[in-house]
Amino acid sequence: MQFQKRHIGLLLYILFLLVPIYWLFNMSIKTNTEILGAMTLFPDNPTLANYATILTDPAWYTGYINSMIYVGINVVISLVVALPAAYAFSRFNFTGDKHLFFWLLTNRMAPPAVFLLPFFQLYSSVGLFDTHIAVALAHCLFNVPLAVWILEGFMSGIPKEIDETAYVDGYSFPRFFATIFIPLIRSGIGVTAFFCFMFSWVELLLARTLTSVEAKPIAATMTRTVSASGLDWGVLAAAGVLTIVPGALVIWFVRNYIAKGFAMGRV
Amino acid sequence: MNKITNNKAWFLVLPVFFIVAISAIIPLMTVVNYSVQDIFDPQTRFFVGTEWFEQVLGDSRLHDALIRQIIYTLSVLFIEIPLGIAVALTLPRKGWGVSASMVLLALPLLIPWNVVGTIWQIFGRADIGLGGYLINLMGIDYNYAQNPMDAWLTVLVMDVWHWTSLIVLLCYAGLRSIPDAYYQAAKIDGASRWAVFRFIQLPKMQSVLVIGVLLRFMDSFMIYTEPFVLTGGGPGNATTFLSQFLTRMAVGQFDLGPAAAFSLVYFLIILLVCWVFYTVVMNAGKQGEQ
Repeated sequence: MQFQKRHIGLLLYILFLLVPIYWLFNMSIKTNTEILGAMTLFPDNPTLANYATILTDPAWYTGYINSMIYVGINVVISLVVALPAAYAFSRFNFTGDKHLFFWLLTNRMAPPAVFLLPFFQLYSSVGLFDTHIAVALAHCLFNVPLAVWILEGFMSGIPKEIDETAYVDGYSFPRFFATIFIPLIRSGIGVTAFFCFMFSWVELLLARTLTSVEAKPIAATMTRTVSASGLDWGVLAAAGVLTIVPGALVIWFVRNYIAKGFAMGRV
Repeated sequence: MNKITNNKAWFLVLPVFFIVAISAIIPLMTVVNYSVQDIFDPQTRFFVGTEWFEQVLGDSRLHDALIRQIIYTLSVLFIEIPLGIAVALTLPRKGWGVSASMVLLALPLLIPWNVVGTIWQIFGRADIGLGGYLINLMGIDYNYAQNPMDAWLTVLVMDVWHWTSLIVLLCYAGLRSIPDAYYQAAKIDGASRWAVFRFIQLPKMQSVLVIGVLLRFMDSFMIYTEPFVLTGGGPGNATTFLSQFLTRMAVGQFDLGPAAAFSLVYFLIILLVCWVFYTVVMNAGKQGEQ
């Protein structure tokens, strides 16, 4: 890769993206006295005390575990229900298919704030309030339509002759689907999982409303701690950095598919 | 691809149908139910017809929030779409730089929204944040917690920081699908940089840009968490957008009737705009092909 003039713009833009994140990281390894005392680009006495606070205090680290659990459940549910549906949309015409597809997408357009109260009452009435499954199901509202949308794009790129050949060879539908078709759209499934992870991981409004103690997500822990105990900037920054880490790891794994995935397999 | 007509395909769609129906239709029915009733307690409720709708639609605070929302969403689109295209054009096409820029660009997208708010809350403060400190150092009196204009700009810059990457990655996906031969042909013809962009790159990006504009429109129209953490809707009401207004009404004041009526109006606005945009762009695309 040779350096060209146009890369200067790119570097400036990436700098703009990274500086605020660096500042958060910088604060997370400072003591509170240094944060409030002087403006320093690098910490004078780097300390891991803020991270230690989070990793040893159950009130903090259970937040991460809760978030992981409901995000995991959500990704699994979304993929399992979306795979057959996406196959149906990509291969068959059936009564009302276009309307159904658009209706699914409208759920991605619904402001979560609209569903706040009804969700709260719905899950409370069936005794699911403050459970991981409640949050996972609530996030299905926008993740399932998205998963169907992305997977349908990837599946449409697979020639239909493959299906036909498999049926001629005597494969049943479930066996064909599991042993031939799913391996073919591996990358699509990876990208879909990435998107479901992303939107479930970053969502706070629903997750916070549907939980109180048992399944409280890390994001809610952060906001509540801020309001309750004054502002412990160092710990807050450390908690923020730790929420970025899982996302960064996930991106690293799908980095080669990101571009295609962001285009929903439709380029 | 010509598809087979087979209504058995419905069986494959059923799981999705049920799960979305449970999480969308039942809550939506509840909202509709609230929007036409006055509820004192579970036993005492009155049918009030369109009273809540009339009240909500005539509410001047709501009008203000709607106007703020529209200005905000338009600013977001007008900044992020051109900037996203510009950055996508500068991305390297091969080599190690591709993966590196992908990961770095996607990073802001994977940060929980309240943490995005927290990052900018810290970054913009004059006492402990680098950004706020530098701006004040330049002699500009900047304080997003007090000055409505500063708060507004901070929320806007935060959104650009957060979401432009989405447009960049989408456009980049479009650009990558252009075969090298196109560029070579353009070179032979002596096409200008602008002509290459206008007649080769832009058409290839069109379909992904539609997705990009739709996603950015929907999400910026529903924005809640980031301004909530950053400014709490203030100072005054300067950064109170529709979602925040709604949440305050429903959860803060527990005005279920008006909140429900407003929810429906809100949802319909988004639906309508998306539908119109989608239809217009898709029809234009079809005419272009013919």
